[in-house]
Amino acid sequence: MIGRDLLGIERLERAEIERILDTAEHMREIGTREVKKVPTLRGRTIVNLFFESSTRTRASFEIAGKRLSADVINFSPSTSSLKKAESILDTARTLDAMDPDAVVVRHAEAGVPQRIADVLAAPVINAGDGAHEHPTQALLDLLTVRQEKGCIDGLTVTIVGDILHSRVARSNIYAFRKLGAEVRIAAPPPMIPCAIEALGVKAYTSLREALEGADVVMALRIQNERLAGAYFPSTREYSATFGIDRAKLRFAKDDAIVMHPGPVNRGVELAHDLADHRPGVILDQVRNGVAIRMAVLYLFAGRQPAEAAR
Amino acid sequence: MRFVKPEGSSAQGAEVGGGAGASSEVWPSHKPAATAILDEVGIRRSLMRIAHEILERNEEPDRLYLVAIPNGGVPLARRLAANLREIADLVVPVGVLDTTLYRDDLLSTGERPALRQTEMPSAVDDHVVVLVDDVVKTGRTIRAAMDALMDFGRPRVVQVVGLVDRGHRELPIKLDYVGKNLPTHPDDEVQLRGLEGGLRGPLELVVLSTEEASESRGAGK
Repeated sequence: MIGRDLLGIERLERAEIERILDTAEHMREIGTREVKKVPTLRGRTIVNLFFESSTRTRASFEIAGKRLSADVINFSPSTSSLKKAESILDTARTLDAMDPDAVVVRHAEAGVPQRIADVLAAPVINAGDGAHEHPTQALLDLLTVRQEKGCIDGLTVTIVGDILHSRVARSNIYAFRKLGAEVRIAAPPPMIPCAIEALGVKAYTSLREALEGADVVMALRIQNERLAGAYFPSTREYSATFGIDRAKLRFAKDDAIVMHPGPVNRGVELAHDLADHRPGVILDQVRNGVAIRMAVLYLFAGRQPAEAAR
Repeated sequence: MRFVKPEGSSAQGAEVGGGAGASSEVWPSHKPAATAILDEVGIRRSLMRIAHEILERNEEPDRLYLVAIPNGGVPLARRLAANLREIADLVVPVGVLDTTLYRDDLLSTGERPALRQTEMPSAVDDHVVVLVDDVVKTGRTIRAAMDALMDFGRPRVVQVVGLVDRGHRELPIKLDYVGKNLPTHPDDEVQLRGLEGGLRGPLELVVLSTEEASESRGAGK
Protein backbone atom coordinates (compact mmCIF):
# COMPACT_ATOMS: atom_id res chain seq x y z
CA MET A 1 0.00 0.00 0.00
CA ILE A 2 2.77 2.43 0.92
CA GLY A 3 4.63 3.72 -2.17
CA ARG A 4 8.36 3.84 -2.69
CA ASP A 5 9.02 7.51 -1.95
CA LEU A 6 7.43 10.10 0.30
CA LEU A 7 7.46 13.22 -1.86
CA GLY A 8 4.31 14.99 -0.75
CA ILE A 9 0.96 14.65 0.99
CA GLU A 10 -0.85 15.40 -2.28
CA ARG A 11 -0.18 11.89 -3.59
CA LEU A 12 -1.00 10.01 -0.40
CA GLU A 13 -4.32 8.36 0.19
CA ARG A 14 -6.20 8.76 3.41
CA ALA A 15 -5.45 5.17 4.43
CA GLU A 16 -1.72 5.70 3.90
CA ILE A 17 -1.75 8.85 6.01
CA GLU A 18 -3.58 7.01 8.77
CA ARG A 19 -1.13 4.12 8.57
CA ILE A 20 1.76 6.55 9.12
CA LEU A 21 -0.05 8.25 12.02
CA ASP A 22 -0.89 4.94 13.70
CA THR A 23 2.70 3.78 13.35
CA ALA A 24 3.95 7.07 14.81
CA GLU A 25 1.59 6.68 17.75
CA HIS A 26 3.45 3.49 18.69
CA MET A 27 6.84 5.07 18.00
CA ARG A 28 6.13 7.75 20.61
CA GLU A 29 6.30 5.10 23.31
CA ILE A 30 9.93 4.31 22.44
CA GLY A 31 10.87 7.88 23.31
CA THR A 32 9.59 7.31 26.85
CA ARG A 33 11.76 4.25 27.52
CA GLU A 34 14.99 4.20 29.39
CA VAL A 35 16.70 2.69 26.34
CA LYS A 36 15.32 4.84 23.54
CA LYS A 37 16.43 2.57 20.76
CA VAL A 38 15.07 -0.41 18.86
CA PRO A 39 17.13 -2.60 16.53
CA THR A 40 14.76 -2.35 13.55
CA LEU A 41 17.04 -0.62 11.02
CA ARG A 42 20.31 -2.04 12.31
CA GLY A 43 22.87 -2.11 9.53
CA ARG A 44 20.83 0.27 7.38
CA THR A 45 22.12 3.63 6.18
CA ILE A 46 20.08 6.81 5.97
CA VAL A 47 21.52 9.86 4.22
CA ASN A 48 20.29 13.31 5.16
CA LEU A 49 20.91 15.30 1.99
CA PHE A 50 20.19 18.89 2.97
CA PHE A 51 20.91 21.47 0.27
CA GLU A 52 19.12 24.10 2.36
CA SER A 53 20.24 24.67 5.91
CA SER A 54 17.96 23.33 8.60
CA THR A 55 18.65 22.57 12.20
CA ARG A 56 15.37 21.26 13.52
CA THR A 57 14.20 19.03 10.73
CA ARG A 58 17.64 17.55 10.21
CA ALA A 59 18.10 16.89 13.91
CA SER A 60 14.64 15.33 14.05
CA PHE A 61 15.40 12.95 11.17
CA GLU A 62 18.78 12.16 12.69
CA ILE A 63 17.33 11.28 16.08
CA ALA A 64 14.55 9.27 14.41
CA GLY A 65 17.06 7.26 12.37
CA LYS A 66 19.27 6.64 15.38
CA ARG A 67 16.38 5.49 17.56
CA LEU A 68 15.74 2.84 14.92
CA SER A 69 19.47 1.90 15.04
CA ALA A 70 20.20 3.09 11.48
CA ASP A 71 23.51 4.72 10.60
CA VAL A 72 22.68 8.32 9.77
CA ILE A 73 24.98 10.37 7.59
CA ASN A 74 24.47 14.11 7.22
CA PHE A 75 25.45 15.54 3.90
CA SER A 76 25.04 19.27 3.37
CA PRO A 77 26.65 20.37 0.12
CA SER A 78 27.05 24.12 -0.07
CA THR A 79 24.44 25.54 -2.39
CA SER A 80 26.93 27.81 -4.15
CA SER A 81 28.79 24.91 -5.66
CA LEU A 82 25.57 23.30 -6.80
CA LYS A 83 23.79 25.80 -8.97
CA LYS A 84 23.08 23.53 -11.90
CA ALA A 85 20.47 20.83 -11.73
CA GLU A 86 22.96 18.35 -13.18
CA SER A 87 25.35 18.70 -10.33
CA ILE A 88 22.55 18.08 -7.84
CA LEU A 89 21.81 14.84 -9.62
CA ASP A 90 25.52 14.03 -9.74
CA THR A 91 25.70 14.44 -6.01
CA ALA A 92 22.67 12.24 -5.59
CA ARG A 93 24.10 9.56 -7.87
CA THR A 94 27.36 9.59 -5.97
CA LEU A 95 25.45 9.01 -2.77
CA ASP A 96 23.36 6.32 -4.39
CA ALA A 97 26.51 4.42 -5.29
CA MET A 98 27.10 4.10 -1.54
CA ASP A 99 23.85 2.09 -1.30
CA PRO A 100 21.85 4.06 1.22
CA ASP A 101 18.52 2.61 2.34
CA ALA A 102 16.79 6.00 2.28
CA VAL A 103 17.75 9.52 1.27
CA VAL A 104 16.11 12.44 3.05
CA VAL A 105 16.19 15.51 0.81
CA ARG A 106 15.69 19.19 1.51
CA HIS A 107 16.16 21.83 -1.14
CA ALA A 108 15.17 25.48 -1.59
CA GLU A 109 13.57 24.71 -4.93
CA ALA A 110 10.33 22.84 -5.51
CA GLY A 111 10.60 19.53 -7.30
CA VAL A 112 14.20 18.62 -6.49
CA PRO A 113 13.28 15.58 -4.34
CA GLN A 114 11.22 14.29 -7.26
CA ARG A 115 14.13 14.73 -9.68
CA ILE A 116 16.43 12.94 -7.28
CA ALA A 117 13.91 10.14 -6.76
CA ASP A 118 13.81 9.65 -10.52
CA VAL A 119 17.49 8.71 -10.63
CA LEU A 120 17.98 6.95 -7.27
CA ALA A 121 17.42 3.34 -6.39
CA ALA A 122 16.88 4.28 -2.75
CA PRO A 123 13.57 5.64 -1.48
CA VAL A 124 13.49 9.43 -1.19
CA ILE A 125 11.84 11.27 1.68
CA ASN A 126 11.03 14.91 1.05
CA ALA A 127 12.09 17.06 4.02
CA GLY A 128 10.87 20.27 2.39
CA ASP A 129 11.28 21.55 -1.15
CA GLY A 130 10.83 25.26 -1.88
CA ALA A 131 7.22 26.37 -1.60
CA HIS A 132 6.00 22.92 -2.65
CA GLU A 133 5.61 20.43 0.21
CA HIS A 134 6.92 19.47 3.64
CA PRO A 135 5.09 16.21 4.22
CA THR A 136 6.60 15.17 7.54
CA GLN A 137 5.69 18.54 9.07
CA ALA A 138 2.07 18.11 7.99
CA LEU A 139 2.03 14.55 9.35
CA LEU A 140 3.34 15.65 12.72
CA ASP A 141 0.73 18.42 12.79
CA LEU A 142 -1.99 15.86 12.07
CA LEU A 143 -0.67 13.63 14.83
CA THR A 144 -0.61 16.52 17.30
CA VAL A 145 -4.16 17.55 16.46
CA ARG A 146 -5.39 13.97 16.61
CA GLN A 147 -3.92 13.59 20.09
CA GLU A 148 -5.42 16.87 21.27
CA LYS A 149 -8.83 16.50 19.66
CA GLY A 150 -9.30 12.75 19.29
CA CYS A 151 -9.94 12.86 15.56
CA ILE A 152 -9.57 15.15 12.57
CA ASP A 153 -12.94 14.66 10.85
CA GLY A 154 -15.22 17.65 11.17
CA LEU A 155 -12.67 19.98 12.79
CA THR A 156 -12.16 23.53 11.59
CA VAL A 157 -8.50 24.38 11.05
CA THR A 158 -7.41 27.96 10.41
CA ILE A 159 -3.96 28.48 8.91
CA VAL A 160 -2.71 32.04 9.35
CA GLY A 161 0.18 33.70 7.57
CA ASP A 162 2.29 33.52 4.47
CA ILE A 163 0.40 30.85 2.56
CA LEU A 164 2.03 31.88 -0.71
CA HIS A 165 5.58 30.92 0.24
CA SER A 166 4.73 28.13 2.67
CA ARG A 167 5.30 24.46 1.94
CA VAL A 168 4.02 23.77 5.45
CA ALA A 169 0.69 25.41 4.56
CA ARG A 170 0.38 23.50 1.31
CA SER A 171 1.12 20.10 2.87
CA ASN A 172 -1.20 20.86 5.77
CA ILE A 173 -4.02 21.89 3.44
CA TYR A 174 -3.79 18.55 1.63
CA ALA A 175 -3.38 16.64 4.88
CA PHE A 176 -6.27 18.11 6.83
CA ARG A 177 -8.59 18.09 3.80
CA LYS A 178 -7.86 14.42 3.19
CA LEU A 179 -8.72 13.55 6.77
CA GLY A 180 -12.02 15.43 6.61
CA ALA A 181 -11.33 18.78 8.29
CA GLU A 182 -12.56 22.15 7.08
CA VAL A 183 -9.51 24.27 6.27
CA ARG A 184 -9.49 28.06 6.26
CA ILE A 185 -6.60 30.28 5.43
CA ALA A 186 -6.13 33.86 6.57
CA ALA A 187 -3.48 36.22 5.26
CA PRO A 188 -2.91 39.64 3.78
CA PRO A 189 -4.22 39.49 0.18
CA PRO A 190 -0.76 39.37 -1.51
CA MET A 191 0.07 36.23 0.48
CA ILE A 192 -2.95 34.27 -0.68
CA PRO A 193 -2.03 32.27 -3.79
CA CYS A 194 -4.49 32.64 -6.65
CA ALA A 195 -6.85 29.69 -7.19
CA ILE A 196 -6.07 28.37 -3.69
CA GLU A 197 -9.79 27.57 -3.35
CA ALA A 198 -9.23 24.76 -5.84
CA LEU A 199 -7.56 22.88 -2.97
CA GLY A 200 -10.85 22.97 -1.09
CA VAL A 201 -10.03 25.73 1.37
CA LYS A 202 -11.73 29.00 2.13
CA ALA A 203 -9.59 32.13 2.01
CA TYR A 204 -10.14 35.04 4.38
CA THR A 205 -8.50 38.42 4.61
CA SER A 206 -10.17 39.04 7.94
CA LEU A 207 -8.54 37.08 10.74
CA ARG A 208 -11.60 37.49 12.93
CA GLU A 209 -13.89 35.78 10.43
CA ALA A 210 -11.36 33.03 9.80
CA LEU A 211 -11.06 32.30 13.52
CA GLU A 212 -14.81 32.14 14.16
CA GLY A 213 -15.44 28.69 15.64
CA ALA A 214 -11.97 27.31 14.82
CA ASP A 215 -10.73 24.22 16.68
CA VAL A 216 -7.12 24.58 15.55
CA VAL A 217 -5.21 27.79 14.86
CA MET A 218 -1.98 27.26 13.00
CA ALA A 219 0.34 30.25 12.71
CA LEU A 220 3.01 30.12 10.02
CA ARG A 221 6.45 31.58 10.38
CA ILE A 222 6.94 34.95 8.69
CA GLN A 223 10.32 35.41 7.07
CA ASN A 224 10.10 39.06 8.07
CA GLU A 225 13.51 40.06 6.80
CA ARG A 226 12.54 38.92 3.33
CA LEU A 227 8.93 39.95 3.11
CA ALA A 228 8.35 43.17 5.06
CA GLY A 229 7.63 46.01 2.67
CA ALA A 230 6.87 43.75 -0.27
CA TYR A 231 3.87 41.79 1.02
CA PHE A 232 2.78 43.78 4.03
CA PRO A 233 3.69 47.29 5.14
CA SER A 234 5.65 46.38 8.27
CA THR A 235 6.18 43.57 10.71
CA ARG A 236 4.37 45.64 13.31
CA GLU A 237 1.32 46.04 11.16
CA TYR A 238 1.34 42.33 10.31
CA SER A 239 1.45 41.46 13.95
CA ALA A 240 -1.41 43.87 14.73
CA THR A 241 -3.70 42.39 12.06
CA PHE A 242 -2.59 38.74 11.72
CA GLY A 243 -0.53 38.03 14.82
CA ILE A 244 -2.33 35.64 17.19
CA ASP A 245 -2.84 36.89 20.71
CA ARG A 246 -5.28 36.15 23.50
CA ALA A 247 -7.73 38.82 22.40
CA LYS A 248 -7.99 37.48 18.86
CA LEU A 249 -8.06 33.90 20.06
CA ARG A 250 -11.39 34.61 21.78
CA PHE A 251 -13.09 34.35 18.40
CA ALA A 252 -12.00 30.74 18.09
CA LYS A 253 -13.54 27.94 20.16
CA ASP A 254 -12.79 27.97 23.87
CA ASP A 255 -10.73 24.81 23.61
CA ALA A 256 -8.91 25.83 20.42
CA ILE A 257 -5.25 24.86 20.25
CA VAL A 258 -2.52 27.10 18.86
CA MET A 259 0.19 25.51 16.74
CA HIS A 260 3.35 26.79 15.09
CA PRO A 261 5.93 24.89 13.02
CA GLY A 262 8.72 26.81 14.76
CA PRO A 263 10.90 28.65 15.32
CA VAL A 264 8.46 31.28 16.59
CA ASN A 265 9.05 34.97 15.93
CA ARG A 266 7.79 36.12 19.27
CA GLY A 267 5.54 39.16 18.99
CA VAL A 268 5.06 38.65 15.25
CA GLU A 269 3.06 35.48 14.48
CA LEU A 270 2.36 34.73 18.11
CA ALA A 271 2.11 37.19 20.98
CA HIS A 272 4.64 36.71 23.77
CA ASP A 273 2.01 35.49 26.20
CA LEU A 274 0.89 32.69 23.86
CA ALA A 275 4.37 31.64 22.79
CA ASP A 276 5.75 31.50 26.31
CA HIS A 277 2.84 30.60 28.52
CA ARG A 278 1.12 27.97 26.47
CA PRO A 279 3.98 26.29 24.68
CA GLY A 280 2.67 22.81 25.43
CA VAL A 281 1.20 22.05 22.03
CA ILE A 282 4.18 23.51 20.17
CA LEU A 283 6.57 21.30 22.13
CA ASP A 284 4.30 18.32 21.46
CA GLN A 285 4.75 19.11 17.78
CA VAL A 286 8.51 18.73 18.21
CA ARG A 287 8.13 15.43 20.09
CA ASN A 288 5.70 14.15 17.50
CA GLY A 289 8.15 15.18 14.79
CA VAL A 290 10.59 12.52 15.94
CA ALA A 291 7.82 9.90 16.16
CA ILE A 292 6.51 10.73 12.68
CA ARG A 293 9.99 10.53 11.17
CA MET A 294 10.60 7.19 12.89
CA ALA A 295 7.33 5.95 11.40
CA VAL A 296 8.26 7.24 7.95
CA LEU A 297 11.71 5.66 8.08
CA TYR A 298 10.24 2.39 9.36
CA LEU A 299 7.66 2.28 6.58
CA PHE A 300 9.85 3.52 3.71
CA ALA A 301 13.54 2.83 4.38
CA GLY A 302 15.35 -0.25 3.16
CA ARG A 303 12.50 -2.12 1.56
CA GLN A 304 13.30 -4.39 -1.31
CA PRO A 305 12.95 -2.47 -4.56
CA ALA A 306 11.02 -5.22 -6.32
CA GLU A 307 8.27 -5.25 -3.73
CA ALA A 308 8.08 -1.52 -3.19
CA ALA A 309 6.97 -0.61 -6.67
CA ARG A 310 6.98 3.04 -7.51
CA MET B 1 -6.79 -35.07 26.02
CA ARG B 2 -9.90 -33.40 24.88
CA PHE B 3 -10.75 -32.24 21.42
CA VAL B 4 -13.77 -30.17 20.66
CA LYS B 5 -15.50 -30.52 17.34
CA PRO B 6 -16.01 -27.32 15.36
CA GLU B 7 -19.16 -25.23 15.47
CA GLY B 8 -22.34 -26.95 14.28
CA SER B 9 -21.35 -30.23 15.86
CA SER B 10 -23.71 -31.43 18.54
CA ALA B 11 -20.89 -33.39 20.14
CA GLN B 12 -19.44 -30.38 21.95
CA GLY B 13 -16.71 -31.66 24.20
CA ALA B 14 -16.61 -35.11 22.62
CA GLU B 15 -13.61 -37.01 23.86
CA VAL B 16 -11.10 -38.20 21.34
CA GLY B 17 -8.65 -40.45 23.12
CA GLY B 18 -5.01 -41.09 22.57
CA GLY B 19 -3.19 -37.83 23.33
CA ALA B 20 -0.40 -36.49 21.20
CA GLY B 21 0.25 -39.79 19.48
CA ALA B 22 -3.21 -39.89 17.95
CA SER B 23 -2.49 -37.32 15.31
CA SER B 24 -3.85 -39.44 12.46
CA GLU B 25 -7.26 -39.57 14.12
CA VAL B 26 -7.22 -35.95 15.06
CA TRP B 27 -6.26 -34.63 11.63
CA PRO B 28 -8.31 -36.54 9.07
CA SER B 29 -7.62 -35.58 5.49
CA HIS B 30 -11.16 -34.26 5.05
CA LYS B 31 -10.94 -31.98 8.04
CA PRO B 32 -13.38 -29.07 8.17
CA ALA B 33 -12.59 -25.36 7.86
CA ALA B 34 -11.43 -24.60 11.39
CA THR B 35 -10.86 -27.29 13.97
CA ALA B 36 -11.28 -26.16 17.54
CA ILE B 37 -8.60 -27.46 19.87
CA LEU B 38 -9.44 -25.58 23.03
CA ASP B 39 -12.76 -23.93 23.75
CA GLU B 40 -13.50 -21.32 26.39
CA VAL B 41 -13.82 -23.92 29.16
CA GLY B 42 -10.58 -25.63 28.14
CA ILE B 43 -8.70 -22.33 27.99
CA ARG B 44 -10.02 -21.28 31.37
CA ARG B 45 -8.97 -24.62 32.88
CA SER B 46 -5.47 -24.37 31.36
CA LEU B 47 -4.97 -20.84 32.62
CA MET B 48 -6.07 -21.81 36.15
CA ARG B 49 -3.60 -24.71 36.16
CA ILE B 50 -0.82 -22.48 34.81
CA ALA B 51 -1.54 -19.87 37.51
CA HIS B 52 -1.08 -22.62 40.14
CA GLU B 53 2.13 -23.75 38.46
CA ILE B 54 3.49 -20.19 38.40
CA LEU B 55 2.91 -19.92 42.15
CA GLU B 56 4.43 -23.34 42.73
CA ARG B 57 7.56 -22.50 40.78
CA ASN B 58 8.26 -19.06 42.23
CA GLU B 59 9.17 -18.54 45.83
CA GLU B 60 8.75 -14.79 45.70
CA PRO B 61 5.35 -14.31 44.13
CA ASP B 62 5.37 -10.60 44.96
CA ARG B 63 8.08 -10.18 42.34
CA LEU B 64 5.94 -11.58 39.54
CA TYR B 65 5.33 -9.42 36.48
CA LEU B 66 3.23 -10.71 33.57
CA VAL B 67 4.15 -9.44 30.12
CA ALA B 68 1.75 -10.18 27.26
CA ILE B 69 2.80 -10.48 23.65
CA PRO B 70 0.01 -8.95 21.53
CA ASN B 71 -2.46 -9.68 20.26
CA GLY B 72 -3.25 -13.15 21.61
CA GLY B 73 -1.20 -12.89 24.79
CA VAL B 74 -3.12 -9.91 26.11
CA PRO B 75 -6.40 -11.54 27.22
CA LEU B 76 -4.47 -14.58 28.45
CA ALA B 77 -2.17 -12.49 30.66
CA ARG B 78 -5.12 -10.52 32.05
CA ARG B 79 -6.88 -13.78 32.92
CA LEU B 80 -3.74 -15.19 34.52
CA ALA B 81 -3.48 -12.03 36.62
CA ALA B 82 -7.11 -12.44 37.68
CA ASN B 83 -6.43 -16.08 38.56
CA LEU B 84 -3.38 -15.16 40.64
CA ARG B 85 -5.46 -12.64 42.51
CA GLU B 86 -8.15 -15.21 43.12
CA ILE B 87 -5.79 -17.97 44.27
CA ALA B 88 -3.20 -16.05 46.25
CA ASP B 89 -4.63 -12.54 46.62
CA LEU B 90 -1.74 -11.23 44.55
CA VAL B 91 -1.84 -8.06 42.50
CA VAL B 92 0.54 -8.73 39.63
CA PRO B 93 1.43 -5.99 37.13
CA VAL B 94 0.51 -6.82 33.53
CA GLY B 95 2.51 -5.26 30.71
CA VAL B 96 2.06 -5.47 26.97
CA LEU B 97 5.13 -5.73 24.78
CA ASP B 98 5.01 -5.54 20.99
CA THR B 99 7.84 -7.48 19.37
CA THR B 100 7.42 -6.20 15.80
CA LEU B 101 10.38 -3.80 15.83
CA TYR B 102 12.59 -6.62 17.13
CA ARG B 103 11.63 -9.20 14.52
CA ASP B 104 14.47 -10.85 12.64
CA ASP B 105 12.63 -10.94 9.31
CA LEU B 106 11.79 -7.26 8.88
CA LEU B 107 14.51 -6.56 6.35
CA SER B 108 13.35 -9.26 3.99
CA THR B 109 9.65 -8.39 3.91
CA GLY B 110 8.21 -5.85 1.49
CA GLU B 111 5.41 -4.05 3.27
CA ARG B 112 6.28 -3.36 6.88
CA PRO B 113 3.95 -4.97 9.41
CA ALA B 114 1.66 -2.79 11.50
CA LEU B 115 2.93 -2.02 14.99
CA ARG B 116 0.95 -2.97 18.05
CA GLN B 117 0.57 -1.55 21.50
CA THR B 118 3.41 -1.54 24.01
CA GLU B 119 2.56 -0.55 27.54
CA MET B 120 4.82 -1.42 30.45
CA PRO B 121 3.31 -0.05 33.67
CA SER B 122 6.53 -0.20 35.72
CA ALA B 123 10.19 -1.16 35.60
CA VAL B 124 10.98 -4.85 35.17
CA ASP B 125 14.25 -4.67 37.11
CA ASP B 126 14.62 -7.49 39.62
CA HIS B 127 11.20 -8.93 38.75
CA VAL B 128 10.28 -12.44 37.73
CA VAL B 129 8.92 -11.69 34.28
CA VAL B 130 6.51 -14.21 32.81
CA LEU B 131 6.05 -13.72 29.08
CA VAL B 132 2.61 -14.80 27.86
CA ASP B 133 1.89 -15.76 24.26
CA ASP B 134 -0.98 -17.67 22.70
CA VAL B 135 0.79 -19.89 20.17
CA VAL B 136 4.50 -20.74 20.22
CA LYS B 137 6.08 -22.33 17.19
CA THR B 138 9.53 -21.32 15.92
CA GLY B 139 10.50 -19.44 19.08
CA ARG B 140 11.47 -16.37 17.09
CA THR B 141 8.78 -14.19 18.66
CA ILE B 142 9.93 -15.21 22.15
CA ARG B 143 13.51 -14.36 21.16
CA ALA B 144 12.34 -10.92 19.97
CA ALA B 145 10.32 -10.46 23.16
CA MET B 146 13.35 -11.23 25.33
CA ASP B 147 15.41 -8.64 23.44
CA ALA B 148 12.63 -6.08 23.79
CA LEU B 149 12.28 -6.88 27.49
CA MET B 150 15.96 -6.20 28.15
CA ASP B 151 15.43 -2.65 26.85
CA PHE B 152 13.10 -2.12 29.78
CA GLY B 153 15.56 -3.21 32.42
CA ARG B 154 17.13 -6.31 33.91
CA PRO B 155 14.60 -8.89 35.06
CA ARG B 156 15.81 -11.37 37.67
CA VAL B 157 14.23 -14.30 35.83
CA VAL B 158 12.32 -14.64 32.57
CA GLN B 159 9.81 -17.47 32.13
CA VAL B 160 7.46 -18.20 29.25
CA VAL B 161 3.82 -19.26 29.05
CA GLY B 162 2.46 -20.65 25.78
CA LEU B 163 -1.20 -21.59 25.60
CA VAL B 164 -0.25 -23.90 22.74
CA ASP B 165 3.15 -25.34 21.92
CA ARG B 166 3.23 -26.42 18.30
CA GLY B 167 6.82 -27.63 18.20
CA HIS B 168 8.80 -26.80 15.03
CA ARG B 169 11.30 -24.79 17.07
CA GLU B 170 14.00 -22.94 15.12
CA LEU B 171 15.73 -21.43 18.15
CA PRO B 172 16.74 -22.96 21.49
CA ILE B 173 13.69 -21.67 23.35
CA LYS B 174 11.82 -23.77 25.88
CA LEU B 175 8.48 -23.01 27.47
CA ASP B 176 8.07 -23.05 31.24
CA TYR B 177 4.28 -23.39 31.24
CA VAL B 178 2.28 -24.98 28.44
CA GLY B 179 -1.50 -25.07 28.07
CA LYS B 180 -1.43 -27.78 25.46
CA ASN B 181 1.14 -29.52 23.31
CA LEU B 182 -0.18 -29.73 19.78
CA PRO B 183 1.54 -31.51 16.93
CA THR B 184 0.64 -29.67 13.72
CA HIS B 185 1.81 -29.44 10.17
CA PRO B 186 4.25 -26.51 9.94
CA ASP B 187 2.06 -24.79 7.33
CA ASP B 188 -1.12 -25.02 9.39
CA GLU B 189 -2.21 -21.93 11.18
CA VAL B 190 -3.28 -21.93 14.81
CA GLN B 191 -5.37 -18.95 15.85
CA LEU B 192 -6.80 -17.67 19.08
CA ARG B 193 -10.28 -16.37 18.27
CA GLY B 194 -12.63 -14.17 20.21
CA LEU B 195 -10.13 -11.39 20.87
CA GLU B 196 -12.63 -8.79 19.67
CA GLY B 197 -14.99 -9.91 22.45
CA GLY B 198 -12.81 -8.21 25.06
CA LEU B 199 -11.59 -9.93 28.19
CA ARG B 200 -14.72 -11.90 28.91
CA GLY B 201 -14.33 -13.91 25.77
CA PRO B 202 -15.38 -16.47 24.89
CA LEU B 203 -12.01 -17.42 23.52
CA GLU B 204 -11.45 -20.35 21.24
CA LEU B 205 -8.28 -21.83 19.82
CA VAL B 206 -8.59 -23.25 16.31
CA VAL B 207 -6.40 -24.88 13.70
CA LEU B 208 -6.72 -23.95 10.05
CA SER B 209 -5.42 -26.52 7.62
CA THR B 210 -2.87 -25.52 5.02
CA GLU B 211 -5.43 -24.54 2.40
CA GLU B 212 -7.64 -22.51 4.67
CA ALA B 213 -4.63 -20.99 6.33
CA SER B 214 -3.36 -19.65 3.03
CA GLU B 215 -6.84 -18.44 2.12
CA SER B 216 -7.20 -16.74 5.47
CA ARG B 217 -3.83 -15.10 5.05
CA GLY B 218 -4.81 -13.94 1.59
CA ALA B 219 -8.05 -12.48 2.87
CA GLY B 220 -6.22 -10.72 5.65
CA LYS B 221 -4.21 -8.66 3.18
